[in-house]
Amino acid sequence: MKVFSIALNTFRENLRDKLLYNLLIFALLMIGSSLILMRLTLGEFHRLILDIGLGSINFFGVLIAIFVGIGLVSKEIERKTIYTIVSKPVARFQFLLGKYLGLCLTLFINTVIMTSGLLAVLYFQDVPIHTVLFKALGMIMLEFMVITAVALLFSTFSSATLSAIFTLAIYVIGHLTPDLKTFGQKMEGAGRTVLEGIYYILPNLDRFNLKGHVTHQLEVPAGDLLMITAYGMAYTAFLLMLASIIFQQRDFR
Amino acid sequence: MEHISNLACEQVIQTDQLRKVFKVGFWGRRVTAVDGVSLEVQRGEVFGFLGPNGAGKTTTIKMLMGLIYPSGGTATLFGHPVGDPSAKAKVGFLPESPYFYDYLTGREFLRFYGHLFGLLGTALDKRIDELLELVGITHARDLQLRKFSKGMLQRVGIAQALINDPELVILDEPMSGLDPIGRKEVRDLILRLKESGKTVMFSSHILHDAELLCDRVAMIMKGKLVACGPVSELIAGDTTHEVEMVIDRLLPEALERIRPLASKVVLQGERVMVVLSSQQAVDLALDVIRSAKAKLVALTPHKASLEDLFIRKATGVHQPVEARV
Ligand SMILES: Nc1ncnc2c1ncn2[C@@H]1O[C@H](COP(=O)(O)OP(=O)(O)OP(=O)(O)O)[C@@H](O)[C@H]1O
Ligand SMILES: [Mg+2]
Repeated sequence: MKVFSIALNTFRENLRDKLLYNLLIFALLMIGSSLILMRLTLGEFHRLILDIGLGSINFFGVLIAIFVGIGLVSKEIERKTIYTIVSKPVARFQFLLGKYLGLCLTLFINTVIMTSGLLAVLYFQDVPIHTVLFKALGMIMLEFMVITAVALLFSTFSSATLSAIFTLAIYVIGHLTPDLKTFGQKMEGAGRTVLEGIYYILPNLDRFNLKGHVTHQLEVPAGDLLMITAYGMAYTAFLLMLASIIFQQRDFR
Repeated sequence: MEHISNLACEQVIQTDQLRKVFKVGFWGRRVTAVDGVSLEVQRGEVFGFLGPNGAGKTTTIKMLMGLIYPSGGTATLFGHPVGDPSAKAKVGFLPESPYFYDYLTGREFLRFYGHLFGLLGTALDKRIDELLELVGITHARDLQLRKFSKGMLQRVGIAQALINDPELVILDEPMSGLDPIGRKEVRDLILRLKESGKTVMFSSHILHDAELLCDRVAMIMKGKLVACGPVSELIAGDTTHEVEMVIDRLLPEALERIRPLASKVVLQGERVMVVLSSQQAVDLALDVIRSAKAKLVALTPHKASLEDLFIRKATGVHQPVEARV
């Protein structure tokens, strides 16, 4: 109940963020731009529209997750609004969880809006819609949840600017982790250990990327989907736990 | 532990050698904001926490509310360590110059805090209406907080502190930002809370308010407690029986006869102000005035007040004070 109230309040606060609307409008413009694309060869054309659409949803969603996420906690501390909340019978982890779920709700609704835009474009351009598209969207949402947790974790102990830099870095490296591993295997000694360590610690964000399956209309086995979901959930839980532990220790001053 | 906390003279707040050291700046310079504060607040009393700016009042209160952790010592609320949810459920807190979610209306704002205590539905709505009435901002219940004046924010802040009908209310400078009427209303509110059996602790540097309201006060300066006890006792221990005289047309030679008796002499043109610190000195001075045919304009006994104590203690620790704002 408490967590839910905080989540709802966070959601309302997010709705007042101009950044959110700017990013959303950009995303819809990007997706909509496919409407004026020249018809190329049929297969290519479908692939391009899906690629642009999913890419835009992913890119702008991640930007929202990062740039709204980093302010979730730091703004409350800066504005001292946290004083009145933490002094109520609300555990600090409940506060964090509420903030987190609130932004996830915002992201979910954004994704629904962006997806509606994409579906409209697909409809007008006569692109067939396969179920794998929705699976891919689900995985994109899962990636948002992981990124939001990363942003939240950093914002519990560093400033908004640093959190943004760290989270962006993790996002970029997270998509390169398979390369890190192959690169590491070519190296010897310490370099190899470090790169492999990074590979196992950082989130492997590329796993959530099913765009290739969508554009090539390949099915994703249910078992794979389950594995990816479990991985995303477990990773998120780990990040939130870490954030709670750090948040529990800190002074609000 | 449990049976102790049920005794008649129950300690609602208890701190023992509470300390807080802040590290500031790039080099982590240490600042001791609170230095070994031990105090007790009993059930049902109004307790004033006084001290000049930067004395450590807010820091102490933040430790009591679990917002920052002590560097040393312990603090309990209702016998529970601070930060314990069962203790927090019985406490209401108004932070210093509070900031709130300014996009909420007065009612939405209070509803949100009600939810944090698990209050719901019509019972909560009723409580909200009562509180808005109590703090006198019923007219603003559907106005967004960002359109509130400073005093209205302070009032809605007090309302949020009372949403759970707390047994203990901790207010950090509840009168700041309020006009004289608002201050009187807050004073009345505190007295009403006391009447209904609540315990109130508030910080202030408005000594007059503390004198009117408090059963007991503690004075903190530079992080250390310098005085603690019932107002009357603190003042009694400080009596100097000073008398201030204002005299007109006092000839210079008469003034020279008074000067040795006075602890302070101020000349303002034709007028002379002298401060005398014993009854004997007053009698002698009056004789001089009469015989010199000077005119006694005013004779004011200096009532010992918290302010005297405050200023004496403050000058003792060499710290600038801001008394009676
Ligand atoms: N977050 C902080 N970091 C570093 N030093 C701090 C911090 N907060 C307070 N201090 C220092 O601790 C001391 C006590 O500050 P505090 O805010 O508790 O005073 P106060 O008694 O509430 O004063 P005021 O009447 O002005 O509100 C001051 O010297 C202040 O500089
Ligand atoms: Mg203060």
